[in-house]
Amino acid sequence: MQAFKQHKGIVAPMDRPNVDTDAIIPKQFLKSIKRSGFGPNAFDDWRYLDAGGPDIDNDTRRVNPDFILNQSPFDKATILVARENFGCGSSREHAVWALDDFGFRAVLAPSFADIFFNNSFKNGLLPIVLDAKIIDSIFKAVEQKPGFELAIDLESQTIEMEGQAPITFEVDEFKKHCLLNGLDDIGLTLQHADDIKAYEQKRSQQAPWLF
Amino acid sequence: MTARTLYDKLWDMHVVRSENDGTALLYIDRHLVHEVTSPQAFEGLRMAGRKPWRVNSIVAVPDHNVPTTDRSAGIEDPVARLQVETLDSNCQEFGLNEFVMSDIRQGIVHVIGPEQGATLPGMTVVCGDSHTSTHGAFGALAFGIGTSEVEHVLATQCLLQKKSKNMLVSVDGDVADGVTAKDIVLAIIGKLGTAGGTGYAIEFGGEAIRALSMEGRMTVCNMAIEAGARAGMVAVDATTIEYVKGRPYSPAANDWDRAIAEWKELHSDADAKFDEEIHINAASIKPQVTWGTSPEMVVAIDAVVPDPDKETDSVKADGMRKALAYMDLKAGTPINEVSIDKVFIGSCTNSRIEDLRAAAKVAEGKQVAGNVKLALVVPGSGLVKQQAEAEGLDKIFIAAGFEWREPGCSMCLAMNADRLEPGERCASTSNRNFEGRQGAGGRTHLVSPAMAAAAAIAGHFADAKEVS
Repeated sequence: MQAFKQHKGIVAPMDRPNVDTDAIIPKQFLKSIKRSGFGPNAFDDWRYLDAGGPDIDNDTRRVNPDFILNQSPFDKATILVARENFGCGSSREHAVWALDDFGFRAVLAPSFADIFFNNSFKNGLLPIVLDAKIIDSIFKAVEQKPGFELAIDLESQTIEMEGQAPITFEVDEFKKHCLLNGLDDIGLTLQHADDIKAYEQKRSQQAPWLF
Repeated sequence: MTARTLYDKLWDMHVVRSENDGTALLYIDRHLVHEVTSPQAFEGLRMAGRKPWRVNSIVAVPDHNVPTTDRSAGIEDPVARLQVETLDSNCQEFGLNEFVMSDIRQGIVHVIGPEQGATLPGMTVVCGDSHTSTHGAFGALAFGIGTSEVEHVLATQCLLQKKSKNMLVSVDGDVADGVTAKDIVLAIIGKLGTAGGTGYAIEFGGEAIRALSMEGRMTVCNMAIEAGARAGMVAVDATTIEYVKGRPYSPAANDWDRAIAEWKELHSDADAKFDEEIHINAASIKPQVTWGTSPEMVVAIDAVVPDPDKETDSVKADGMRKALAYMDLKAGTPINEVSIDKVFIGSCTNSRIEDLRAAAKVAEGKQVAGNVKLALVVPGSGLVKQQAEAEGLDKIFIAAGFEWREPGCSMCLAMNADRLEPGERCASTSNRNFEGRQGAGGRTHLVSPAMAAAAAIAGHFADAKEVS
């Protein structure tokens, strides 16, 4: 997994609540058996005016000029600011892969859906929960100055915003550790293989029908 | 000992070890696998030179991509075919139990798990699918995971988890005639909101939940995720044990009494504390229809499409306006005047035998309305289909003008050929009315099986009681 330490980049606004994972990556692209290549189809239904599919060349499609991520400078954005319950719905990790492949490194929102939130950390995409008022102020800053940038520092859990005191954010200690170091948590869990075997030994005596 | 909730008990039973910060290594008893969210996990396993930790914990089935029409020629779409073949070859390579497309036991993963007895009370059940919450109906801790976590469970039989908070949703008293499990859960989501359960494990209780069959309880738990909760659950009782008894994966005779003794403890203690308690008066629930693009956007069949101008929260009002525009609806329109183009009866929410019986009861001796272009009935599994045919339900549907299909996820998410065209409006028994969910530009209204059948017959939304 790619590590996340610090990141500075352009902020793109996604001004609607409950952006679901079907919207982030529509179902026809889930037929892929790979982890990569989803970026050109991130937000596909909103981003293009005609239908897309795994066998359709995106370069031949009509781009929706009204969609925010099709407009400069937001097409170069690496930080997404969104509203409540971002990433709700399906557990598809393809949504995170699509955002990552588009170039996003962080998503800021007042709240996230649980599965999306977890999936993000497994892929080096940092989801940051901020108070709705702070999110509002970031939306306003972007509106006033398209191309507005934020600088995120995971180690100190702060976001630098021009002309303001640094914003602090919370992050789970273990997840932060994994993200800072780009750690594969399967390897970490397997260090406890003896504990898992001991649990199985005990449990299989209590409840043999489970084994 | 302090009083514990059902969720507390299930959690405690499965903790392998805990870290100081509260992160626990949680043991997983049952891992359900399907073709869409597993190929990258198997590939990760191979690249790291790892093998599945416990092969017999895994049950695999293709469901999302499978065609619901004649399967004798295989899957036409080469991309979908490759994904299903990849599941088959991964299962062969690692020696996993799979119900392949031609197996009578094939079906939607959340239908076949319980049907086979592969879902049991007291288990932890995971699957790379958000509707895994379904299995909580058995007094199990069941939740959806992403592909990285699928790989983690394959490799270690465990997941790193932090405990959720406890919420009780109690549906008190009895529901009126004609009000089903789907109406109950849509009403709950309408009250709680689509993110109201985020961070919680929800236990559904109260007389109206206790009175439900296992099929009904599965419908309710299935949609816990639509209220934001990864896990929903119902305490074990005689209904649960009766359902589980004698299924292929259920405990053998010599273990049965011991299993029952353990399962009978799977309920919240009388004085257990919940972080949040919601009470709903069952008698107040009417048949429900969603009007918008989030499951929380729901009204009773006798109500009108709500007005965003009356919403005080500006973000919410804006969301409502976007939803009305997408759905091509006007505030104030009675929902029972909204006419439809297609009907879908199926999905992991509502494709079990009881759902098909409820829909057939409404459709029997009637005809699908002329304006309805397609009315699909997609059973949840090969065995549900077989049972329905033994009861003659297929003949009722076909005589009424419905199409009777092979089992799979079908038009719930439209990964296969079953889908809405842009602008088409559908009465659907599935679980998500998101933009484009059933096909780009398609408009989905979530309803119960009886209400979907009623809409098919009337050509617009209608109270099933009035149609039948």
